[in-house]
Amino acid sequence: MNPAVGIAAVAAVSVATAVIGFYGLRISRTTGDFYVASRTVPPWWNASAIGGEYLSAASFLGVAGLILLSGTDALWYPVGYTAGYLMLLLFVAAPLRRSGAYTIPDFTEARLDSRAVRRVTSLAVVMVGWLYIVPQLHGAALTIRTTTGLPSWAGSTAVVVVVCLTVVAGGMRSITFVQAFQFWLKLTALAVPLIFILLVLAEDGAPALAAVATNPGGAAPASPYQSISLLVALLFGTLGLPHVLVRFYTNPDGHSARRTTLIVLGLLSVFYLFPTAYGLAGRLFAPDLARAGQADALVLLLPGRLVGGPAGDLLSALVVAGAFAAFLSTTSGLVVSLAGVISQDVLGGSVRGFRVAALVSIIVPLGLALMTDSLALAGSVGLVFAFTASTICPVLLLGIWWRGLTDVGAIAGMVTGGLLCGGAMVAGTVLGMAGTPPWLAQPAAWSVPAAFTVMVLTSRATSSRVPRTITRVMTRLHTPERPLVTER
Amino acid sequence: MPDSPLCSAAAVALIALAVAVVVAVGLKVLRSFRELGTDAERATYNTLHAASKAGRHLRTGLNPAGAAKASRQLRALLGCDALAILDVSGVLAWDGTAEELRPGLMALAADVLSSGRTQVFNAADLQLHSPKSGSVAAAVVAPVRSGARVVGAVAAFAPQAGAGLVRATTEVADWVAAQVELAELDASRTLLMEAEVRALRAQISPHFIYNSLNAIASFINTDPARARELVVEFADFTRYSFRRHGDFTTLAEELRCIDRYLLLERARFGERVQVSLRIAPEVLSTVIPFLSLQPLVENAVRHGLEAKEGPGHITISANDSGAFAEVTIEDDGVGMDPVQLQSMLAGHVDGEHVGLRNVDARLRQVYGDDHGLVIETAPGEGTLITMRVPKSQPDHDA
Repeated sequence: MNPAVGIAAVAAVSVATAVIGFYGLRISRTTGDFYVASRTVPPWWNASAIGGEYLSAASFLGVAGLILLSGTDALWYPVGYTAGYLMLLLFVAAPLRRSGAYTIPDFTEARLDSRAVRRVTSLAVVMVGWLYIVPQLHGAALTIRTTTGLPSWAGSTAVVVVVCLTVVAGGMRSITFVQAFQFWLKLTALAVPLIFILLVLAEDGAPALAAVATNPGGAAPASPYQSISLLVALLFGTLGLPHVLVRFYTNPDGHSARRTTLIVLGLLSVFYLFPTAYGLAGRLFAPDLARAGQADALVLLLPGRLVGGPAGDLLSALVVAGAFAAFLSTTSGLVVSLAGVISQDVLGGSVRGFRVAALVSIIVPLGLALMTDSLALAGSVGLVFAFTASTICPVLLLGIWWRGLTDVGAIAGMVTGGLLCGGAMVAGTVLGMAGTPPWLAQPAAWSVPAAFTVMVLTSRATSSRVPRTITRVMTRLHTPERPLVTER
Repeated sequence: MPDSPLCSAAAVALIALAVAVVVAVGLKVLRSFRELGTDAERATYNTLHAASKAGRHLRTGLNPAGAAKASRQLRALLGCDALAILDVSGVLAWDGTAEELRPGLMALAADVLSSGRTQVFNAADLQLHSPKSGSVAAAVVAPVRSGARVVGAVAAFAPQAGAGLVRATTEVADWVAAQVELAELDASRTLLMEAEVRALRAQISPHFIYNSLNAIASFINTDPARARELVVEFADFTRYSFRRHGDFTTLAEELRCIDRYLLLERARFGERVQVSLRIAPEVLSTVIPFLSLQPLVENAVRHGLEAKEGPGHITISANDSGAFAEVTIEDDGVGMDPVQLQSMLAGHVDGEHVGLRNVDARLRQVYGDDHGLVIETAPGEGTLITMRVPKSQPDHDA
């Protein structure tokens, strides 16, 4: 496709993100509209923002690529990404909103009354954030390389520069609006080209190049263990994602936090229809991409291939814009929440400290992304979910639902989960794709139960350390709050 | 996905971590080889170090958790077999051997607690209270006094009770008493601070009540409907500001109160007061001290715009800024003299801007000295007031 179209699309999305970030709030209101201004974000809007922040490179590019490569096995990814929200809805959303803590370290410190737990949690949050940003930058590198022919580093660097400009320069004053815009952009960018592709295919009835049932890349079907382990990682991992949890504070109370989550479930379900359809179309009409190792670029290349001409160029530009929106929104959401944690715990929480922390939290993953190369985006994000599920998720779930959790238990569980899951990830790298046994490649099925078990047993053993504030904190987490007054 | 880039990224991170750990351990080992002074110097250091460590644990007063930690340090200090800390109701902590004596200790110490004098017990006394007292043959029990009251005791157990142990135990008990008194001082300081915050809790200004009622009165004949509406607003405003419960509120509720306030002020000033708002929805549920914004807006109206000719403009904005919410109130009125403002905020002169000083003092009390009001102003240049509060305040209920 035409490189200029790709560049124009990327530039347009970057500028739009910056403009909404800077000017979204500048519309001045007079007192007549006072209540419009002070009304909280409606659940619909907030749900879109959560969707925008959540749907990353893995969802936008990775899922379709994996379906092209391994067929129905890959369907567990969209299922898990969405079903994780069910867990969030049932177990975390409302109590966390009521806790009044603003970040996960804030929550654990308030719940367990311990600075040490706070530090360990902060470390886990920062690790998760860094590991999560890396695949986003890989996705950007891939997009820029495939659509414009520029070198890989240009894509990662472009995302980093735009995020730095908006976050560090104070542009993300009202991040909710930016993220909500990004969600609808992503949905449009996948839906419109797909509709055109289906129309074109229906019209000329082009013959399929391969059968749907065969794996074009020759990948072996996944064992039940792998599928279960993956589901565990995705279901529990969603509970601990720092940038998603922060969104719930925009809800005025626990009730609307639940409503928001319900809407998110619907929005995500609709969204994931499209990558699945792309994967399916790819299996029929572009099986060669899997053999060329370009499966992740399927969504980017398919419109140009099947529609062609200037219309194809325009549709490709739309897809590229959507993909870039995915990288930008997830990365900026992560950077904002990481910078919050780092600036508060290390730099004393000043405005300058926040900027420095924002720079730190994006420069490190940029270095990691430039040093490594991208393969299978959905898989890398799946591993980040496994890490989150083994560290942050147990402390959140037990902290909310079990009175017996102690600070020592929380630290022991998080360290165990982190070491087991991190160790498995490193061992997987050392052994290589072929030499890794499945139980090591998908560690969640044993590392998550191990973290929970250690946390429970250690807490039982140190039960004298249950904080004295436990009843007050638990009451606050689980009793409905007074509604936030916004109506006259 | 064992070959994924993420794994390589994790590997790189892990190696970096390993290098950092090795360097840190190396530095620590090297440091321990450094010369630490003569034996006497080291003994002094060890004693003071143990005392200061134990002191930290006792700073919350005599309670089981603190006493347990402190007793470990104090036993090392005295070099006895076992050490117990008790208050008037029971044994708080026991460190060392001969735990079988614990049930009988309260009976043993009853005399000390009532008389307030140090007592030495020999093997026979110990046998009397607990039949199987093993190797421990003597005990020294010294009272802990706070003011004139005996609040507890320190008991040291050893094979024999020499004069040295008796003297040392008495000293340790006195030292514990000093820590307990400090803890009580801490507690009363906290109480004092709470009382101060309560005293500072803003009151609505009498000027405002007088002016509002006059403004409403002027409408009663000309526009009765409006007058009625204003009276209702006035009632709602006073209900909010007179409420008794809670020292904190949410930004959303405070903004509602400001809206009522401005409605009443506009009844007096008409179109001379123009207000615009830029509020980020993310910070609406942020907890702020009760009536901490309204006085700032009132200051902008009274001292910024009242003295000025022609229409005046007030901008209220609230932004999300990392872990903090930032609220600014800007007016284009007559401004203030920074020097005079400074001495007024420091409490040297009673100026007109008492509301500002009150809010500033409360913010500093609650969030620390970094979170006072930031005021940018000059005569004739308008005023910009910035307030930064942490978004996470689990201890404060709105």
